[in-house]
Amino acid sequence: MKIYACIKHVPDTAANIRLLGAMDFDETVKFIMNPYDEYALEQALQIRDQEGGSEVVAVTVGKESAAVTLRSALAMGADRGILVKTESYFTDSLETSRLLQKAIEMDGSPGLIFTGKQSVDTEGMQIPFRLAALFDLPVAVNVTAFSMAGGTVTVEREMEGDVREVIEMSIPCIVGAAKGLNRPRCPTLPDMMKAKKKELKVVNRADLQIQKPIQTVELLELQPVPDRGRGRILKDSTENMVHELLRLLRDEAKVI
Amino acid sequence: MARIGVLIEEKGGEVKKTNLGALTAARQDAVNEVYALLFGDHAEACREVLQRYGAEKIVAIRTPEPNPASFPEAQASALCHAMDAFRLDALLGVAGQYGKDMLARVASLKGAPLVLDCLEIDLSSGIVKKSHFSGKTTATLRLNGRPWILGIRPNIFPEIVDHRKAEILTYRAPIPNSKRLVIRESRQGAAGGPDVSEAEIIISGGRPLGSAENFKILRDCAAVLGAAVGASRAAVDAGFAAHAMQVGQTGKTVSPRLYIACGISGSVQHFAGMKTSKIIVAINNDADAPIFGKCDYGLLGDLFDVVPALTRALGSGRTE
Repeated sequence: MKIYACIKHVPDTAANIRLLGAMDFDETVKFIMNPYDEYALEQALQIRDQEGGSEVVAVTVGKESAAVTLRSALAMGADRGILVKTESYFTDSLETSRLLQKAIEMDGSPGLIFTGKQSVDTEGMQIPFRLAALFDLPVAVNVTAFSMAGGTVTVEREMEGDVREVIEMSIPCIVGAAKGLNRPRCPTLPDMMKAKKKELKVVNRADLQIQKPIQTVELLELQPVPDRGRGRILKDSTENMVHELLRLLRDEAKVI
Repeated sequence: MARIGVLIEEKGGEVKKTNLGALTAARQDAVNEVYALLFGDHAEACREVLQRYGAEKIVAIRTPEPNPASFPEAQASALCHAMDAFRLDALLGVAGQYGKDMLARVASLKGAPLVLDCLEIDLSSGIVKKSHFSGKTTATLRLNGRPWILGIRPNIFPEIVDHRKAEILTYRAPIPNSKRLVIRESRQGAAGGPDVSEAEIIISGGRPLGSAENFKILRDCAAVLGAAVGASRAAVDAGFAAHAMQVGQTGKTVSPRLYIACGISGSVQHFAGMKTSKIIVAINNDADAPIFGKCDYGLLGDLFDVVPALTRALGSGRTE
């Protein structure tokens, strides 16, 4: 079975985002694989290791610099990588999905497609759903448990208030991974050496024979969200601090 | 005039409270006509509250599938048909777990523009705001091409009474159900309690809580405050709290009116998930904790003393 893991190259969550102009940011910060995509890739690798004759292909849409993250996917154990190269950092979600779909379609026939439930940069939360519609496949997102038997996938997903839903889907299908699904492996040094020899294919939009780019949702501007300043810090006996806090919350902030 | 659909979530005839804010958001322009869309047999039971918050039409969607709640694909397809039938210009919903799933399914089937977790929306221009990089930056986005599908962040749009007289329309969606995806079971997980993503007050604990058992002091305080209990990534990774409780860039992004952080130092990724809270209170015994530099009120003290004292004071405050 061919298993695809869609991953994204994003700034480390520990990084501060410094904006440059209206639509760019300082991209010299540390980048990582989108954390939710690590769960997606790990699940893909586990299935490959159980099912004989399977292959995991990591696919990403991004600038040339995203190859680094694709390389770490290969170090984690993906067999091959495909980078669909774009010019700008921010891409419309429907556009990204079309590029992913075409790249996958030209590569092979997917048995399973894994994605993260969302990216931690643009947080569009729609790639797995868009892919599902483009491929006409069932999809479940926010998945924290996965099993497969016969032609059926059974997943658990998190809903509000820690309600868990058990969903069954026929294969092929698409799964959006959430934290808790598994523990992503850490590549060793030999893994990283091996990854250097694996195939990493770079394709352009022209290679995918997709017509002109679409922009259903257009980014107009990014603005920083300033941190609030230093707050009023109370240092006193526990009882006095609590009393003063409640007074402030009731009378000044009026939030309780 | 625009026809705005609002996806309504109800249980036994009771409309989920956060949905009322979505009605208000749809109502922002007096000339808009607001359609409340819901599945099942409770349209009549929901009528009063829906019309009080501005719905003029209530569309009760029927599917050939007798149990659409178990078939998200059938629901999404029925919603698409209903949007066409009533020529809706936009569909609004709350970006909770159900809304994020269903709105994304609808937008994908339609190939329509979708923005989830909106902080601001303008239904005349199609310009919306949402977070990028969690709470670190705010993006202004424009939706091109109709219909627009929008999910608003819970608690961002307060509900405002705007009495209308609502007519109930039954819509029979002509869709077969493929049954390739079915929800077999729904059960309560271990964490329980209200969900952080929809709570108006959150009390969160960090690694210094030390154990899952110690989260009880937060649960006790949450009970008197009417709050949900959250946790930092460090506390979740240490196994003290469930994943569902995690607040931060790799957990839930929340905007409550009061966020109380107990033993949380205030990492960049944690702040990204909660900095849009109205008021942030930090309880920490480390005077140098970064969180004191970016909160509204800070209490320098041991959380194991301060939190129980807060619970007691809140409990007694009610009868004072």
